[in-house]
Amino acid sequence: MKLNWKELRKTIYIFATEKTVGFTLISIFLGLVVGAIFLTAAGFNPFQAYGIILRGIFSKPSYISYTIIRATPLILTGLSIAFAFKTGLFNIGAEGQFIIGSVVATATGYFLHLPLLIHIPVVIISAVLAAGIWGGLAGYFKAKFGVHEVISTIMLNWVALYFQNFLIYTEGFQKPGGETSYSIQPTANMMILKTWKQSAAGREWLLQHPFWKDLLRTPANWGFIIAIIMAVLVWFVLNKTALGYRLRAVGFNRFAAEYGGINVNKNMIISMFIAGALAGLAGALQVVGVSHKVTLIAAMEGYGFDGIAVALIANSNALGCILAGLLFGALKYGGAKIQPFMQAPSEVVSIVIGSIVFFISIPRLIKLILSRKNKKGGTK
Amino acid sequence: MIDTILTNLAMIIATTLMYSTPLVFTSLGGVISENSGVINIGLEGMMVIGAFIGAALGYFIGNPWLAFIGAGVAGGLFGLLHAFACVTFGANQIVSGIAINFLGPGIALFLSRIFFEGATMTKSISLDNKMPRPLNGIFPEGSLLNIIFDNQYATVYLALIMVFLFWFFLYKTKYGLRLISVGEHPTAADTLGINVMKIRYFAVIMSGVFAGFGGAAMSLAIVSNFRPTLISGHGFIALAAMIFGKWKPQGALLACLLFGGSQGLAVFLGQFDFEISSQLISMLPYVITIVVLIGFVGKSAAPSADGIPYEKEHKN
Repeated sequence: MKLNWKELRKTIYIFATEKTVGFTLISIFLGLVVGAIFLTAAGFNPFQAYGIILRGIFSKPSYISYTIIRATPLILTGLSIAFAFKTGLFNIGAEGQFIIGSVVATATGYFLHLPLLIHIPVVIISAVLAAGIWGGLAGYFKAKFGVHEVISTIMLNWVALYFQNFLIYTEGFQKPGGETSYSIQPTANMMILKTWKQSAAGREWLLQHPFWKDLLRTPANWGFIIAIIMAVLVWFVLNKTALGYRLRAVGFNRFAAEYGGINVNKNMIISMFIAGALAGLAGALQVVGVSHKVTLIAAMEGYGFDGIAVALIANSNALGCILAGLLFGALKYGGAKIQPFMQAPSEVVSIVIGSIVFFISIPRLIKLILSRKNKKGGTK
Repeated sequence: MIDTILTNLAMIIATTLMYSTPLVFTSLGGVISENSGVINIGLEGMMVIGAFIGAALGYFIGNPWLAFIGAGVAGGLFGLLHAFACVTFGANQIVSGIAINFLGPGIALFLSRIFFEGATMTKSISLDNKMPRPLNGIFPEGSLLNIIFDNQYATVYLALIMVFLFWFFLYKTKYGLRLISVGEHPTAADTLGINVMKIRYFAVIMSGVFAGFGGAAMSLAIVSNFRPTLISGHGFIALAAMIFGKWKPQGALLACLLFGGSQGLAVFLGQFDFEISSQLISMLPYVITIVVLIGFVGKSAAPSADGIPYEKEHKN
């Protein structure tokens, strides 16, 4: 069968220009092409590299589990930034809100002694509230004093970082001999089947079931499910409730919203509170599910900044954040494997992600390229 | 007593100048881009690539000035990329800038691994090949001027000169006023025969050049190599300083000095055996910035057309 190029081009054109999803997919494809160009220029075989990345994501149950664990915080910080975007605010502060969430979760997880079913919710809610207030602070500064949220959140990120380091060095919280805090109590641990995994019966069962053994080798936890629920919830709040309508109205046109009787200042604070809460949830889940403690940090870890890319790739769509977060988590986890296997720089992942975001910023260029091809096809 | 106070003050001034310099270069880059109407949130990524190219060229060539210029060129290329997206294709400027913040570190570390045997840290530049210290040993030992200027690298003075040149260019020359008019009202500027596209391209490329200089002022002077955490948020701080300084070169300088000053104060206080944790002292610069913004600055206004892509109306 002969492929009809003219028709194919036309289909791609329509796909890319009339559907946001199509345009995003083409940007992702072009981003991978740019990564391949860099790898080729440096003397590596891009097909081999992408093959290693793919196998590094899918070839074992534990790899898939790790990918999901990597993606979970990014989905939530992505949601945080996407939510603020919808209200016309740029939350660069997800980084700091994540830190506040994780340090508060560690503190309540370690100091409180509560029964199993109560401890985890208490830990998560306290962390989410603290991070929400941290985010809301930037909203308040903007509403009350006109301080640009980009500046205040950048500053609050650093304050949060040093606050965490300060707490880690506090007696009673610092684990003696290390630059980390104590670990949270077992009752605050959200790992799936944590006690069973280590029991004699569990170990024996797992020995006979290699699939589950490999899967449960990872710190698999309920965080991913919570992240998906939050994405649906955010979508619902933004699109189906009066609060979401008001928030979007403020984002769409602040002055028109004010004229229409919406309290713009109040909604900005609410929006930043919710954005902060989402990023704080990411930090809390990271602690209860994966790390169980906080460690001294010298520089930003990037959960918040990566979340910006997730939100942009998702076009600020709450459900899109799930997919974009998974893509990002997969690239980061799988991408790290090309370093040991073929000595190719794993930073190519940042180049791929940067390129995807870059192509997303210029829909017109992609339209132009495709439409030219279309015209050429038409005159043949 | 007064002597000790003066000596301490001189030490704080010295660290202030040192820490402010990379920020001054970079926020000047922000000033020029945003005055022409293009938001540049990619300063961080441009700074990272500048810091890497500066350190790598400094190591391989051994001439700090050539390395410094190379860093500017590398930053300028990223500026060109930003301009290509924002000026020619009317891109969302925030999104393009974020892309650059991923591309800058990505490409810098990719190249580092290739040219430095798989390491993400470049090899150190020998002391002789770092930026020169023009006033080293000029003033008598122990004098206040000696404390302030003895160890300052040439980049410090260059940054101060650049602030003056930027001010002169923007407000006292024909081209600068054209640039400002493009940022305030591109349509009006266009009707007067000013080439909006050309001016924006120039401004955004220069913005990259100066962010690149800012990165190199870090890796060629303050330290002597590049590593992944060397530029961690400095570009964003420079961006904040530019907004804080109300989009003016002299304002940005003052904001950078305030920031460097509180950092200098933190370093100064850090040497005493206080009961206060050094982590809390390190918070100072950021807290002071927020407090100053709340208390004294108030609402600041960006150039009217900042962030809005300009398009000529097409006749069919």
